[in-house]
Amino acid sequence: MYPLQNGIGNLIRSLFPENAMLINSTISIISLLLLVSLLPVFLIWLERKVAARFQARIGPMRVGYHGLLQSTADGLKLIFKEILKPEGADTFVFFLAPILPASATFLVMAILPFDHHLQVADPAGGVIYVIGISGLSILGILLAGWASNNKYSLLGAMRSGAQMISFEISLALVMLLIVMITGTASLREIVLSQQGSVLDWWIFKLPGLGAIAFLMYMISSTAELNRAPFDISEAESELTGGFATEYSGISFAMFFFAEFVNMFVSAGIASTFFLGGFLAPQIGIGVIDMLFLLIPGFIWFFLKTFAVIFLYMWFRWTFPRLRVDQLMYLEWKMLLPANLILLMAAGYFMAMGWVL
Amino acid sequence: MKKKNSPPAVLLYLSKCSTGFLSLLKGMGVTISYFVQPGKIVTQQYPENRDELQMMARFRGHLSMPRDEKGDHGCTACGICEKACPNGSISVLTTKDISGRKILGKYVYRLSQCTLCNLCVESCPYNAISMGRNFELAVYDREQLTFVLNETKGELQ
Repeated sequence: MYPLQNGIGNLIRSLFPENAMLINSTISIISLLLLVSLLPVFLIWLERKVAARFQARIGPMRVGYHGLLQSTADGLKLIFKEILKPEGADTFVFFLAPILPASATFLVMAILPFDHHLQVADPAGGVIYVIGISGLSILGILLAGWASNNKYSLLGAMRSGAQMISFEISLALVMLLIVMITGTASLREIVLSQQGSVLDWWIFKLPGLGAIAFLMYMISSTAELNRAPFDISEAESELTGGFATEYSGISFAMFFFAEFVNMFVSAGIASTFFLGGFLAPQIGIGVIDMLFLLIPGFIWFFLKTFAVIFLYMWFRWTFPRLRVDQLMYLEWKMLLPANLILLMAAGYFMAMGWVL
Repeated sequence: MKKKNSPPAVLLYLSKCSTGFLSLLKGMGVTISYFVQPGKIVTQQYPENRDELQMMARFRGHLSMPRDEKGDHGCTACGICEKACPNGSISVLTTKDISGRKILGKYVYRLSQCTLCNLCVESCPYNAISMGRNFELAVYDREQLTFVLNETKGELQ
């Protein structure tokens, strides 16, 4: 229904007019699968390197150049490990649970606009799709905790479920704000609404409110990702690993990989909503603007996304973990009222025409 | 129980938001200062930099007996270090010189029993012994871990 519109898609349409639909879909699925399986390998290496530098260490150095193959080696080790199932665990649910978060990230990845015409699908309700699909990863964590037949897993999953459901409200409200000011829920249209100079990105528009909305998106998406300082679902020191306690081998690797792809997806959505997505930054100096326009859009998308990912890593290795009650206090008493006021203020700004 | 004179809830909320946010920014400033300064990295690439590796000044390796330029040590065989040692890893065996004065015969140090606690060095009134910086101390036989410090001529440095 949403065929590829770029050069590759058109080439295949001209070569095989009858089977173009099938071939294009296969190509897009394979490329997404490749991205989903290769990204976490790089992101885990990046996370370890960045964490090391924040702690005055150097991180993995032995496997490959500066440890580049370290996470590949770790992944291979996990694949060859025995998969254990605890006694009394629900077999079907136990092995279903790791698949859900992994497939959720894959499904959201399908609608990320990597470039003008580098997007597998562009549904009109893309934002609603993102919110709906990210619920799948909550389901995966809850099922994992429930099926493990282990009190630590159950506690971790319940904590995590409560956390993710609460913070999804804030996340959805921030997304609603963007949908309100752009007037569209399609991710591609949201990016295209930020055309112009850097100051046309939503983070700098609606004087002050755009930046506050970006800040709130960062807080609630960090919580949604179960990353520190909101990692109470794992909380190694309290819960011996939370929902992933009983998982080993490839099923653990799937949780782990899904976590990192989720981070990429979340950062990608942040750059789509607030940082102009695949648009080149135009700072108003003719020569530099021309040079920036020569760089393809997907490189800008990846640059912006990795900047946001660095921000997530910076948060993780700086802030201490919140207690469960502090987490709920933050969401229901601090973030949610602020979010509702922000939404109203943005509506007022829109009505007065102070969009800039 | 509501406290008297507490500021209104909205002000409390705003002050919490701003102070919390500022303290978070301060923390992020500390971590990024480590991130952008490669000189602060403490990790040592050990087997590769074995030749130029310098252990820290406060590192405690095995016990050693430093000599001065003439090759003399400062030990008077008083035996205070032997009494201070909790594991009995030091034995000060005395002898007598021609004039009948008690001098050091053999300073036996058993690395196999030593926990490198530094109590002997702290108790020594003459600063005759110190902790070395050598850490590659593994050998194949326990016998090789017993040293006579005043006879090794400082080769255990």
